[in-house]
Amino acid sequence: MAGISRDDVANLARLARIDMAPAELDHLASELGVILNAVARVQEVAGQDVPPTSHPLPLQNVYRKDEVIQSLTPEAALSAAPASEGQRFKVPKILGEEA
Amino acid sequence: MIKKSASEMAAALANGETTSVALTQAHLDRIAEVDKDVHAFLYVDTEGALAQAALADKKRAAGEKLSPLAGIPLALKDVMVQKGIPTTCGSKMLEGWRPPYDSTVVSKLRAADVVILGKTNMDEFAMGSSTENSAYGPTHNPWDLSRIPGGSGGGSSASLAAFEAPLAIGTDTGGSIRQPAAVTGTVGVKPTYGGVSRYGLVAFSSSLDQAGPCGRTVLDTALLHETIAGHDPKDSTSINAPVPAIVAAAKNGNVKGLKIGVIKELQGEGYQTGVLNRFNESLELLAGLGAEIVEVSCSYFEYALAAYYLIAPSECSSNLARFDAMRYGIRVGDASGVSAEEVMNLTREVGFGREVKRRIILGTYALSSGYYDAYYGSAQKVRTLIKQDFDNAFTKADVLVSPTAPTTAFKIGEKADDPIAMYLNDIATIPVNMAGICGMSLPSGLADEDNLPAGFQIMAPAMKDDRLYNVGAALETALLSKWGAPILSHVSGLGARA
Amino acid sequence: MSLKYEDVIEKYEPVLGLEVHVELGTASKMFCGCNTIFGAEPNTQTCPVCLGLPGALPVVNEKAIEYTIMIGLALNCSIAPFSRFARKNYFYPDMPKNFQTSQYDEPICVNGFLDVEIDTDEGIKKFRVEIERVHMEEDTGKSLHMGGATGRIHGADYSLLDYNRAGIPLVEIVTKIVPGTGKYAPEVARAYVAELRDILRSLNVSDVKMEQGSLRCDANVSLRLIGSDVLGTRSETKNVNSLRSVERAVRGEMIRHAELLNKGERVVQETRHFQEDTGLTRSGRSKEQAEDYRYFPEPDLVPIVPDAIWIETLRAALPEKPSTHRKRLQEAWAVPDKEMASMINADVLEIVEETVNLGADPTKARGWWLGEIARIANEKEVAATDLPITPKDVAEIVALVATGALTDKLARQVIEAVIAGEGRPSEVIEKRGIKVVSDDGALMVAIEKAISAQPDVAEKVRGGNVPAAGALIGAVMKETKGQADAAKVRELLLKHLGQ
Repeated sequence: MAGISRDDVANLARLARIDMAPAELDHLASELGVILNAVARVQEVAGQDVPPTSHPLPLQNVYRKDEVIQSLTPEAALSAAPASEGQRFKVPKILGEEA
Repeated sequence: MIKKSASEMAAALANGETTSVALTQAHLDRIAEVDKDVHAFLYVDTEGALAQAALADKKRAAGEKLSPLAGIPLALKDVMVQKGIPTTCGSKMLEGWRPPYDSTVVSKLRAADVVILGKTNMDEFAMGSSTENSAYGPTHNPWDLSRIPGGSGGGSSASLAAFEAPLAIGTDTGGSIRQPAAVTGTVGVKPTYGGVSRYGLVAFSSSLDQAGPCGRTVLDTALLHETIAGHDPKDSTSINAPVPAIVAAAKNGNVKGLKIGVIKELQGEGYQTGVLNRFNESLELLAGLGAEIVEVSCSYFEYALAAYYLIAPSECSSNLARFDAMRYGIRVGDASGVSAEEVMNLTREVGFGREVKRRIILGTYALSSGYYDAYYGSAQKVRTLIKQDFDNAFTKADVLVSPTAPTTAFKIGEKADDPIAMYLNDIATIPVNMAGICGMSLPSGLADEDNLPAGFQIMAPAMKDDRLYNVGAALETALLSKWGAPILSHVSGLGARA
Repeated sequence: MSLKYEDVIEKYEPVLGLEVHVELGTASKMFCGCNTIFGAEPNTQTCPVCLGLPGALPVVNEKAIEYTIMIGLALNCSIAPFSRFARKNYFYPDMPKNFQTSQYDEPICVNGFLDVEIDTDEGIKKFRVEIERVHMEEDTGKSLHMGGATGRIHGADYSLLDYNRAGIPLVEIVTKIVPGTGKYAPEVARAYVAELRDILRSLNVSDVKMEQGSLRCDANVSLRLIGSDVLGTRSETKNVNSLRSVERAVRGEMIRHAELLNKGERVVQETRHFQEDTGLTRSGRSKEQAEDYRYFPEPDLVPIVPDAIWIETLRAALPEKPSTHRKRLQEAWAVPDKEMASMINADVLEIVEETVNLGADPTKARGWWLGEIARIANEKEVAATDLPITPKDVAEIVALVATGALTDKLARQVIEAVIAGEGRPSEVIEKRGIKVVSDDGALMVAIEKAISAQPDVAEKVRGGNVPAAGALIGAVMKETKGQADAAKVRELLLKHLGQ
């Protein structure tokens, strides 16, 4: 049985940046347990010799030429910004370091 | 007028019987009349639509050469970006968002002078099979308002069945065009992956998503398919080859000598008897028209649902990461002293619905270090096996067929608390997306048990979309003869509300 | 710092790892057609793709692939016949999609090397730095942190984001671990980055300006006890903005690690930030709980399968390697190794070459750049190449000295004045009225004045004490405000005094 604990879900919620209440975490843990159990069967047939498919069609080498085309105006770029200042997107204080 | 097919409307426009403005107004009136019950539309662009219609009329009057669908109204699934028009994807997260750009599909529709009436309701971010996951309330099936219209593109298909529009655009990741078409008695096609540009299609599962045409007839759908298909340099996964002769195939409708493969694994237990009955009758009709019916086996299809519910959530967990309250969309919890991280967390908790959050968490898990090989990695291998199954089957048959969905439309609320039961709605449609090939659903009749529409699914190899329309047209003509009238003439008024 | 570097290297040996990010100088961005001009008004070079708007899709810039292959070839890498982009998933406001489109287990170039030479008191030492991989990714936007005292992220009230930089092509060059550098680790690190920079410049794929961020270096350092096989814990230092900082950062980290280990404490695996002012590093993010990036192949992009002909065409078109170029210059100018190394260390080789190309004698050109100009640069704590004096200026001065229009002393004055912003050499000479006085008549006037002012010294000289003439020559120089040709003065003076 592929189980998933509430702590696991809490970790995943943290990774996914979703602030979940404890009740929601519990509920999700049990639902996901059932789902994971159902989907785990892919392992039955996923042998070593089967290559994975990332793209349904065998396309490759799709490029564009290095040419400049018109950008959005700053007004358009910022049009949906929840907050802005000085033609920049304004966001609350960031706790984490830049990567 | 609104009961006509799109090609009949086009003929009427061409011979001056009506104008696009009149046609558009008639549809706007119909929407005003019935949409409070159907709730197919999230946004009706009255001004914009009439302006587009007026422009089409002007061009026609000036003798300009027009595209076949010029001046015809259309409903657009709200997952397609349309510049300046509210695009919500059925989510609270994008409430009020007006994109600063057009999707390629919209650009093509506008270049063809198609009149976009408005945006249709959908399961949030295209995740669902019933449109019950919309943050703005469900859409009601015009056949029976207490029932679901299918999902995720329930709004588009319902708008067709309710005669609010003769054409619609949907998107299909695991069946979201075909399954709603089946349960609403309309036609819907998922083109070959890469056949229609995804630029401006808000991504759910990038390697599975496709936008596609919906209509009440096979020919209408074909005309729309040709209008929106084609290579797009802005989409790296777009096929760089000419669009197959789809309309010609739809006008051909000749199945003599064609081999039609029935997929053994996509029928039997779990499928409603009435649905199977209509399916088998359709097969008989096709045989009667000269097709050879063969049975094929695709033994890995039983793993398709499991693989899909690993791949799609994984890709969506990454695609939906951009919704973080920093650049667009709603922002929750912003107050003095609150950090960006907290605002992100709060916004995503409130902005996303249950199903979306469930899939994001599932996807995050399936991709995480230590679990990748067992889950996402394995699912990608199953995908290869499914593709091989199809490749094999297509050596024995020109097209493959199955019932589109296992049941007819269920009641709103009936499966809402059982995710797995909900996921099973897509069991016959998912393999098509996994392999990247094309599929069509058209009405096969009404199921005995409940007099509700059932769908017949046709599948063809990648880039052979024309085969769908050829077989579909043949079947449609035969069924029309059998019924005496289009199936949708049975949608009297809007059915009974529960 | 209590511990001395000499003490560190007696007990420990360092293991280095270097990650260099290069912003490619393509006209448009990695995945969209937005412009890439540095310093443009905020958010004027953005579009749905690089803003990560819902529905937007990336398309690969062909030139970026070309440049990356060139870099790989110049670094002796194998070009992968099949490579792919992958998504690196994490959340940060400067990253519009909250994932970076990068490469993971299928990078485009692998297994190369770069040979570097450093000048030590034990002679020239060579090191081969092995290169693990070269891959492509996209840059992030830029944040301004507002409200805090220092403009840094800590203590800020809010931040402002500009996405002009988001999506600019980045190439990441990662070395394998570099053991065996011993006490020379800081110099090797610096030489590696310098050589890499020169190669990139010669390929013309980037303007490689560390101060503008188009070349960024992260240095990984760990220590192990001499003779031990056990690798120590490493720290990663970011924000290293100049070649000098690379050297200082590595040295500083080695000392810091040694101090901790000597005390019996543990080195924490973390990211640290280099501080220009102190030369020390400050703790940043802890890497103990490494973020799970959940890499998977990018579904919106298709694989890169560069054809062999394209690769060979690029290989054939590679310019001369900087090291070969340097050897050629060294031979042509007949420069000893030590002096060559000095020029490289002071980062003036290229500018000296430019000066020579404008007609200056190589020895003289070198002399000025390594001498007077380097002296002033050190005083001002900047690089010689940052001073407002150009190869053209220096070539002009060398020519003027050669014709005798300037003496060395006057030339130094002119150089100082040009650097001070007084104008080009000819303008300075005119404004200040600098000219060599070598007219015999004028000189004799000054000479006689000097003799009459110091008759006893003149007597000494007449008596055979030639060195004593120095005092008189000095007086003449003073009288002529340094503009006399000292050699001429001496000649005339001695003649006049019968020597």
